[in-house]
Amino acid sequence: MDPVLQWLYDMPFSAAIREDAFLFPFLESIHVLAIALVVGSISIVDFRLLGIASKGRPITELTQVVLPITWAAFAAAAIAGALLFSSNAVKYAHNAFFIAKMALLLLAFANMLVFHAITLRGIHDWDRTKMPPWPVRAAGGLSLLIWAGVVACGRWIGFTINSL
Amino acid sequence: MTWPWLHSFCEWLKSTAISHTIQDTSWIIPATQTVHILAVALVFSSALMMDLRIIGLIDQRQSIATYLHRFIRPIWSTLPVLFATGVILTIGEPSRELENPAFQLKMVLLLLAVVATSLLRRPAIVGSSRWDDISKPTVAMKIIAFASLGLWTAIIFAGRWIAYANTGSD
Repeated sequence: MDPVLQWLYDMPFSAAIREDAFLFPFLESIHVLAIALVVGSISIVDFRLLGIASKGRPITELTQVVLPITWAAFAAAAIAGALLFSSNAVKYAHNAFFIAKMALLLLAFANMLVFHAITLRGIHDWDRTKMPPWPVRAAGGLSLLIWAGVVACGRWIGFTINSL
Repeated sequence: MTWPWLHSFCEWLKSTAISHTIQDTSWIIPATQTVHILAVALVFSSALMMDLRIIGLIDQRQSIATYLHRFIRPIWSTLPVLFATGVILTIGEPSRELENPAFQLKMVLLLLAVVATSLLRRPAIVGSSRWDDISKPTVAMKIIAFASLGLWTAIIFAGRWIAYANTGSD
């Protein structure tokens, strides 16, 4: 694994990000902004699944509006994140909080897949219900917790990596 | 930008017992920053939803009044969380924040964003005596929506730049 990461580290664009006083904080700002939108927008859906907010609105209608914003922001966060990663690939890959963050992202993805594949089948019965059944609420609550964990791990990377 | 009185204040704050506790307990600052970022996520996304709806880019099926009703409240109720976590971070590292040009700029932008958000429900801006029967956004509302998007974006950039523009003694 490390030779691949080292190769990534040696790429001209990685060196540019590492060495430029402006580029790294600029990409970090984009990354934070995009993650804020991912977490904030998905929380709008999660609060609806939990029966806390937007209760007057069918869940499917709300997701049609919100999820495109979530996905666009996720793409931006992933691109900026990948560029930040490449600037110090070996160190990030060996950082426990970075690994935990990636694991939590997989968990968020799994939670979404389970929700789509199993829970969503009965949507017509509870699309308009103010307080959806418990598996739906569980998916919403779990999503909030996972994303809070993603943000926490992300912030802790900065305190545990001695980059540059 | 700094002044002798501000610097003295930072030095005093830094010497207090509570500041020492924050400095010496390694998890407090990252934990507080995590809560701060989660609160930023709520505020920024709420503002974005409102602003995009006012500009007319999303969801014509639901009224602007419904959007204001749904998303202004989380902004006001989350701002105290941002303030409280910001105060903790500032007590822990006074010069890094208060004497930092990025922090100072962020505070000015924040003030403008709060003013912009509170203007959104003003009758003079909404063009009606009741903000809950807006049928079409006025030009003033659209201008405020664009300003709000720009301001919150700039606030996040300034926030991140605090770590890089730090010239203070802590």
